Amino acid sequence: MSDVPASPASEFRDGLVELLPAMVAAAPIALLYGAVATGKGLSPLEVTLSSALIFAGGAQLAAIELWTVPVPIAALVLSTFLINARYILMSASLAPKVAHLSFGGRLIGFHVLADENWALAERRAASRRITAAYFFGSGAVFWVNWVAWSWAGTVLGPLLGDPRRFGADFAFTAIFIGLVAGFVTTSRAGLVVVASAAAATAAHLALGSPWHVLAGAFAGMAAAVLAWRPDAEGETA
Amino acid sequence: MSLDPVTLLAILGMALASYGCRLTGLLLGGRLALAGRAKAALDAIPPAVLTAVIAPTLLATGWPETLAGAVTILAALRLPLIGVIATGVAAVVVLRMLAA
Repeated sequence: MSDVPASPASEFRDGLVELLPAMVAAAPIALLYGAVATGKGLSPLEVTLSSALIFAGGAQLAAIELWTVPVPIAALVLSTFLINARYILMSASLAPKVAHLSFGGRLIGFHVLADENWALAERRAASRRITAAYFFGSGAVFWVNWVAWSWAGTVLGPLLGDPRRFGADFAFTAIFIGLVAGFVTTSRAGLVVVASAAAATAAHLALGSPWHVLAGAFAGMAAAVLAWRPDAEGETA
Repeated sequence: MSLDPVTLLAILGMALASYGCRLTGLLLGGRLALAGRAKAALDAIPPAVLTAVIAPTLLATGWPETLAGAVTILAALRLPLIGVIATGVAAVVVLRMLAA
């Protein structure tokens, strides 16, 4: 930490350097999202618009997995809300640490808040004041990165042909497995995953899509509530 | 460049659900402090929903997908996300060829 106030340019540069690994990791996921969404019948404009306005990787991948014709709007919105409900807590945690920035800026800045840049901002806030150049700069770059690679996927997808042929449809499943593994740090979290998988599969066989998402969500939450013990306070399930 | 009204409605609905969560957190600020069972239930939502979305693909599609899923889970225990994706895709392509 230095006593000299950092210049906006160096703050912006700091943000980029911290964000670069997350940008590189997001690129192939966005490419795949664009390619598979195109395969499901979405136009390049629709794909690009969805990445720009929704800006939530996990929820967008889930939406494309659930996407059928006619479009199940209620199921898509519900799934998006459930997957993104964590942003309520994440935003609430970060909000006091950026309260000195302009309100209009925060209204836009929080739209481009994702897991990666949220974690980076929280880490930075622990040691120094978050500046506008850092927060809005890295947010804008992360947003452009996600939207641009999603669009690139709509161009690349049709050139590659049927995603199933080279297993691209299963890449979604693999991404989700990787994401879930990141959440499973305790045996209680493992129980959540097992309960959700069992309930979702049963609901899918009995009722079909999209009921499996709701069944899995509630089974997982029920497992977490039942497995909760007072001694586990502070342990994230 | 086509924009289907139903698709647009779905995108706007999902955008509202996403931004609604972020905005709620921003406006609540430091006032929201969940603890105990309520926090456990909320923490469980992301992994539970992500699992639910892929569970039918893994468990009720066919043995190539189920087996490839098992290989991918093993990969997820030790590899970074890119490695997990590569392993899963390679496994499903090979297993589907064997099944065909």
